[in-house]
Amino acid sequence: MSLRNCRNVKVLKVAPVGQQERPDEFYEITLEYPDWDEWRPGQFVMVRPVAWPLDLVWGRPFSIYTADETSLTVFIQKSGRGTARIAALRPGDEVAVWGPLGNSFAMEPDAPTLLLAGGIGIAPFRGYVERHPHPGNVRLFLAHRVPLECYPYDIIAADVCADCMLEKTSTDLQAIIDAMGGLIREYAEKGGLVLACGPTPFMRTVQRFAKEYGARAQVSLENRMGCGVGACLGCVTKDSAGHHVQVCTRGPVFWADKVEF
Amino acid sequence: MDMHVSFGGLNLKNPVMTASGTFGFGLEFAPYGDLKKLGGIVAKGLSLKPREGNPMPRIAETPCGMLNAIGIQNPGVEHFVTQILPSLPWRDVAVLANLYACDAAEFGELAGVLAAEEGVAALEVNVSCPNVKEGGVAFGQDPAQIARVTEAVKKRAGSKPVMVKLSPNVTDITVCARAAADGGADALSLINTLSGMAVDIRTRRPRIANVIAGLSGPAIKPVALRCVHQVVRSVDIPVVGIGGIASAEDALEFLLVGAQAVQVGTANFLRPDFAFNLVDQMEALLTEIGAKSLDEFRGSLQLPLA
Ligand SMILES: Cc1cc2nc3c(=O)[nH]c(=O)nc-3n(C[C@H](O)[C@H](O)[C@H](O)COP(=O)(O)O)c2cc1C
Ligand code: FES
Repeated sequence: MSLRNCRNVKVLKVAPVGQQERPDEFYEITLEYPDWDEWRPGQFVMVRPVAWPLDLVWGRPFSIYTADETSLTVFIQKSGRGTARIAALRPGDEVAVWGPLGNSFAMEPDAPTLLLAGGIGIAPFRGYVERHPHPGNVRLFLAHRVPLECYPYDIIAADVCADCMLEKTSTDLQAIIDAMGGLIREYAEKGGLVLACGPTPFMRTVQRFAKEYGARAQVSLENRMGCGVGACLGCVTKDSAGHHVQVCTRGPVFWADKVEF
Repeated sequence: MDMHVSFGGLNLKNPVMTASGTFGFGLEFAPYGDLKKLGGIVAKGLSLKPREGNPMPRIAETPCGMLNAIGIQNPGVEHFVTQILPSLPWRDVAVLANLYACDAAEFGELAGVLAAEEGVAALEVNVSCPNVKEGGVAFGQDPAQIARVTEAVKKRAGSKPVMVKLSPNVTDITVCARAAADGGADALSLINTLSGMAVDIRTRRPRIANVIAGLSGPAIKPVALRCVHQVVRSVDIPVVGIGGIASAEDALEFLLVGAQAVQVGTANFLRPDFAFNLVDQMEALLTEIGAKSLDEFRGSLQLPLA
């Protein structure tokens, strides 16, 4: 057992998700547990299959989706060469995993907590909801472009109050932004907590509303990563003083009023 | 096998060092291996004053390598000596400082600060960073400047060995190597990154905000080997091989052409325990191929008769 390590572990299971809607795009990949002492929702891992040739030199970062004493699962959407090859892994294949990396989302069991997910940004919230002592205080809002079946929405909605909105047109987008504004305002007024993960424009919207309504909000940034351990300085963003800080070690979760992106 | 190496005033447990800018200040990698196991750690580039570095995006993955234009983001030498060096296990592993400056006087001043630190085993002079518009390129490509900077550092370095890190972005790297040797360098390390670029036809933008960036990783190994080969034959100071090392076999290739030691850069991103594993793998591979000792193997490349 260790706090943080790099281990070769075997792939236990590759489960396609939402394939009727989007063939060959979303997968849950379950790995042997790398014997960490603990992990917290919002943290991530770097994954690089052991057999990868050297044409791709970096591992790929994934939010921790869920884990137990024997396994660790990540949820992936194919979006490039690296994720395509990870999706093609088979049980028994070996991958190097290093983690758990980065900080985690705030968890205040008694505070009304709003989870704002944009698409694949829903991944860390599966673990968040599982770990939350009072799921009754948690609510999920998912904004998505691909069909709902592709996301672990039902799994999360089984435990917490959840809504979702599909974006197909620019009218949909405006409706989503309005809904987010309304929700963030409501949680600001209740003194609750707003936690967001999604694409950059989505996070900027969260940041803007959080500022406007004075909400306590955290955003989880998903920058390109070379190392995941704070060494390459390729993932930086700016803190509120305008200094470059590594997203992989100082984040990925930042208070919305203390980061520029 | 005895893996200990001694050259240019440096004593290393083994020939495996980590390259500047790819291993942070070392502590970032402590969860993944025992830092004391390494031959040496070259800390990330340091300047006199803190630097914010270049805008994002700063890195891009390319076939068998990567481009970077970090721009020597660092907290400044003062922060390094007061806040970081004391927590590094420098009594048990050689910690080398990597110096970055924009003129000879500033290089000298930096060397003066670091020379006073017991925890610094040697100074590596970065005359070759191609990323920063105002400095690196000019030094690294002009032999006269290389000599002048080397002298300035040497003069203030006290008893610390001075290693000059050479850029491959020159017509004849042996001329630069001789300039550094003439300037009083105790050793040379090479190569730094190759100047490169990547663009995106969909967004019609460069993939790196600085536009021009430094290429590293397995893609550059043949260039690096060629440079080391040429330099070991043109100067009589020791050479440390850097560039694209991603296996024990790669590392031994550099020793075969005559390097005293190697530095591992981009491969630290393949997995964070890479350098630690390499120490054992190199020793095992030397035995496997029937090398009698490091000394016997080093520089034993059989060249065709001219
Ligand atoms: C992200 C990154 C940052 C680097 N920063 C520095 C630096 O600060 N100073 C320096 O002398 N070299 C720097 N380098 C160059 C490396 O030390 C090394 O010379 C080069 O990457 C070639 O080795 P490799 O192919 O094993 O990576 C950097 C390289 C990378 C990839
Ligand atoms: S990914 Fe390398 S510093 Fe963050």
